[in-house]
Amino acid sequence: MNALFVITGLGIFSLLAEFGNLKKWLTGFVVAGLAAAVVLAALDWNTAVPYFSHMLVFDNLALAFTALISILTIIWFWLSADYFTTGTHRTDRTSLIVFAVVGAVIMASFNNMAMLFLGIEILSMSLYVLAGSRKDSLSSTEAAFKYFLMGSFATGFLLFGIALVYGATGSFHLHTIAATLTANPSGLPSFFYAGVLMMLIGLAFKISAVPFHFWAPDVYSGSPTTITAFMSTVVKVAAIAAFVRLFSTCFLVVEPTWSKVLQVIAVLTLVIPNVTAVYQNNVKRMLAYSSVGHVGYILLAFIASPSETGTIFYYLTTYSVSSLAAFSVLHLVEGNSEEVTISYFNGLFKRNAWLAVTITIAMLSLAGIPPLAGFFGKYMVFAQAIRNGYTGMVIVAVITSLIGVYYYFKVIIAMYFNESTTPPVIELRASHKTLLFVLIALTFALGLFPDMIMSLFQA
Amino acid sequence: MIKTIPLDYYLWLAATLFTIGVLGVLYRRNAIIIFMCIELMLNAVNLLLVAFSTYLNDASGQVFVFFIMAVAAAEVAVGLAILVMMYRNTKSVDINILNRLKW
Repeated sequence: MNALFVITGLGIFSLLAEFGNLKKWLTGFVVAGLAAAVVLAALDWNTAVPYFSHMLVFDNLALAFTALISILTIIWFWLSADYFTTGTHRTDRTSLIVFAVVGAVIMASFNNMAMLFLGIEILSMSLYVLAGSRKDSLSSTEAAFKYFLMGSFATGFLLFGIALVYGATGSFHLHTIAATLTANPSGLPSFFYAGVLMMLIGLAFKISAVPFHFWAPDVYSGSPTTITAFMSTVVKVAAIAAFVRLFSTCFLVVEPTWSKVLQVIAVLTLVIPNVTAVYQNNVKRMLAYSSVGHVGYILLAFIASPSETGTIFYYLTTYSVSSLAAFSVLHLVEGNSEEVTISYFNGLFKRNAWLAVTITIAMLSLAGIPPLAGFFGKYMVFAQAIRNGYTGMVIVAVITSLIGVYYYFKVIIAMYFNESTTPPVIELRASHKTLLFVLIALTFALGLFPDMIMSLFQA
Repeated sequence: MIKTIPLDYYLWLAATLFTIGVLGVLYRRNAIIIFMCIELMLNAVNLLLVAFSTYLNDASGQVFVFFIMAVAAAEVAVGLAILVMMYRNTKSVDINILNRLKW
């Protein structure tokens, strides 16, 4: 909880930093504050204290997600330093990012439907603005508008679902609802099930699961690359945290009503984005489809065993680190151009070996090649699914990850074997080199020592 | 007063309003009308929450309505700002213009 207070304070401070001569120190201050939030989350470990008459509960899962979200944001601030130094409204942009993190933390720790709704809205509303933060660019405007439209449309479904569930159970508290469902499993009105399914649809929009994913590639490719990196890591982690929290605590009793639907969604989410990504020539769009595809593996782990959240958390960690590495390289390669095709990467190894090696490792990890982090993430998901008897879905998932290898390798082949056509050598600053080194090291470390994460979740 | 009408009627009314909102979002091409349809969806939810809240004799549903109203107002502020930005770039609020990003 103290972590949430600190992050909220940082957001307000960022707004006030416009006065006085505080702007220069702002990013450093925010990063220090987020590091403090990680420490505070670690200090609260194993306490599970409820706050504000059980509106928020900081149990271990919520604390782990809080720490992960804060760490990812720190790395994100590192890679996107120039997003704040160039361009105007530095304080506003910083505070929007920090408030988005506040929303993300609330989404990881809610214990009441009202907090779920407010968390999602705090997060989304900051992002609508950030997606359109390149004001002169038509594609940025289009991304912001589509994101806004689809976001509020999804919120409508979520709210209608919440209202129906409230009507059937008489409460917004997750534990009261779960208790009502356990006590009275057969006497529920039929509109309760409609409510659960509408909440499922609303959250499927937020985690961008097929067939509710169509906004994601447009928004990801239209937004500024740094914001896309934020959306595909921090925001995705928060959305999945909210999804897991809601369906593994509150609606676990009525699993038969949603598990079949979720299985169909999971299979579609595995197949469609991975196949579509093969046809992409724009790298940012390809990464967007790949990020939608990764949701499929997470859903597979969730269907197999909703209560084993360790696997999902580990998968999300590995995915986010590799994805941040890929987006940092993309951001450094693209320069000022709005659309980066695969031919942009031609001969990158000769132009700058650091960038080429980093994105190779990131892509191999996303594709799931051992001994990198992504491989063990996938391995644990598949193992968990097979243990619980979902062999058919695992076969589909293995095939789609093989398709994934194909499109990730298109970029790698372009870097090493094609002759360079676009600008020559790219110079890197020392801070960027350190960042790339840290991300590579994390990708290897997470792969070689998965117990670092997994041991957190063994009771 | 509210309870003189059966709960089912409120459910059907809210569901109808919500459906009209959804269809409006899907079929209309003018961005401002789409905003209004989203508001219609949210107000259908508000109506439903108030009806349930009265029938359950539980005030928390009505408190939730205040949250929704506050958030919807903020959301429209952001949405209209984006709309103004879109109008400056394209001189139109027709969403068919937004087709640069596909596939």
